[in-house]
Amino acid sequence: MLNRPQRDLTMANTARAPGAARVDHLVVAEMVAPGSRVLDVGCGDGELLRLLELRGVDGRGIELSREGVNDSVAKGLAVIQGDADTDLADYPDDAFDYVILSQTLQATRKPREVVEHMLRIGRHAVVSFPNFGHWKIRLKLLFGGQMPRTNNLPETWYATPNIHFCTIKDFRQLCGTVGAKMEKAVALNAWGKPLRLPAPWWFWNLIGEQAVFLLSRRK
Amino acid sequence: MAEARLKTDLRDRVGEAETPHSHVVSFGPDKPLKLDAGVELSPLQIAYQTYGTLNAARSNAVLICHALTGDQHVANLHPVTGKPGWWETMVGPGKPIDTDRYFAICPNVVGACMGTTGPASINVRTGRPYGLEFPVVTIRDIVRAQAMLLDHLEIDSLFAVAGGSMGGMQVLQWAASYPDRVFAALPIACATRHSAQNIAFHEVGRQAVMADPDWRDGRYLAEGTNPRRGLAVARMAAHITYLSDAALHRKFGRRFQDRANPTFSFDADFEVESYLRHQGSSFVERFDANSYLYLTRAMDYFDLAADYGGILAEAFRGTKTRFCVISFTSDWLFPTVESRAIVHALNASSARVSFAEIVTDKGHDAFLLDEPELFAIVRGFLGSAGAARGLPG
Repeated sequence: MLNRPQRDLTMANTARAPGAARVDHLVVAEMVAPGSRVLDVGCGDGELLRLLELRGVDGRGIELSREGVNDSVAKGLAVIQGDADTDLADYPDDAFDYVILSQTLQATRKPREVVEHMLRIGRHAVVSFPNFGHWKIRLKLLFGGQMPRTNNLPETWYATPNIHFCTIKDFRQLCGTVGAKMEKAVALNAWGKPLRLPAPWWFWNLIGEQAVFLLSRRK
Repeated sequence: MAEARLKTDLRDRVGEAETPHSHVVSFGPDKPLKLDAGVELSPLQIAYQTYGTLNAARSNAVLICHALTGDQHVANLHPVTGKPGWWETMVGPGKPIDTDRYFAICPNVVGACMGTTGPASINVRTGRPYGLEFPVVTIRDIVRAQAMLLDHLEIDSLFAVAGGSMGGMQVLQWAASYPDRVFAALPIACATRHSAQNIAFHEVGRQAVMADPDWRDGRYLAEGTNPRRGLAVARMAAHITYLSDAALHRKFGRRFQDRANPTFSFDADFEVESYLRHQGSSFVERFDANSYLYLTRAMDYFDLAADYGGILAEAFRGTKTRFCVISFTSDWLFPTVESRAIVHALNASSARVSFAEIVTDKGHDAFLLDEPELFAIVRGFLGSAGAARGLPG
């Protein structure tokens, strides 16, 4: 479930020079203070963790897929095999400064509980997800009459591991429900580049292909 | 003829227990080993092998802990069997535990029979082999003796401690007992306690040894006998637990051994029978039956959490050690769930921990075999730990 199906975003991969970090990873990394302790939930092959460690972060990862874990461990990263839906409960309160969930939220069975655990384990949570409210997706459902598929989300409805898609508006609502404070939010275009223009939420929800939120516990 | 061979075996084995083909350090009455059983073991001899070179900062030492029936001959020809060392795939120049970079040390454990004091050693008070007069030892005692060896070698801090099975138990004990002396820990295919099922298998093995009339209440070395059959049966039973149903089926299936049809007798008709008999009979050539009793007992008594009020996380509280825990999918002796318990406790202690489960059908023994994924993980883990330790790349 956490093998991060969108990790190999075809277009996101084109948004960088070979060997360079993915742009959406850079956006996440910018939200993390250097020298802090980070847990990356659903860390895939460990690319984001490696980027964070280069920036002096003490990083740990959980990943569901064995290949992802073994690749990461062989890279020297502190990654364990585990499932966000079941294993976050085992972590003590305040164990980390940041808990990151990058492109994984929509693949969890219980997104609300996962976000709640993230805010319990870490002082901050960073969540990135594909925005199902993007205008292309809306048009596909409206005119095609089928579950939308895009370059970034190419699987059919019956094969996709993404069982809990949401929009930026939906996620903002969830933040309110779980009592999370939104410290920062960035919408990204199809290439993972941040949309830097000032705009109201409804506009971001229409043109952002992905979103990255920095949350903290409401006191 | 058989009698003569038997006597030679015994002399060889007592010889290896007393004057091994290894480095030896002896601790006199001034430095006894204090045992969990409440007694002291003295004099104490520890036999060990080393590979590679200790650097000037004395910071690149890797302690390798051997398993129940292993010994210190990790990466050289075995002096008794003439076979390659038990971890030659893992330890050596350019290998994952790279002896071009690291200084590997493997001591024979207390209670074993390859040169470290054990039941086959001569008790200086009686002039006879200890036999059952040898005190019962624990994993903690074994580790305490290893710490004495490292003190003697003036190695304050180990770069890494690595081992599988009973060796993995020692790794965990090291991390708990001497957290400041262990930079990185690699417990493989092990658990923080021996399960009821594992104790049960060990008891079968011990009863097989003790049921052999040649065991003579443990005095066989003094009386010139050898409980070969009992020890061989113990080994055969144990060996099954080191493999898996799938591996046995793949290797042997129901194939007959050198015959086309069953003989309607109790000969070793099946290949798997012949294989097990070979495992049993070759084992008794190199291993002491009493050592088998003592070391299985040490594993049975191992329960790390029990030493910390039943809370495993307390064993690792505040640890700075980096851990890499590894299990194998088909290992039913030390199944993955046991490794997960270790990881869970380490997470609760906020330790830096990696955990990988490797897919294989080779069972518990996979840690000794050619498993490329295991090698890649160990290499990567030690490589990054080495960089953090400031070892040259």
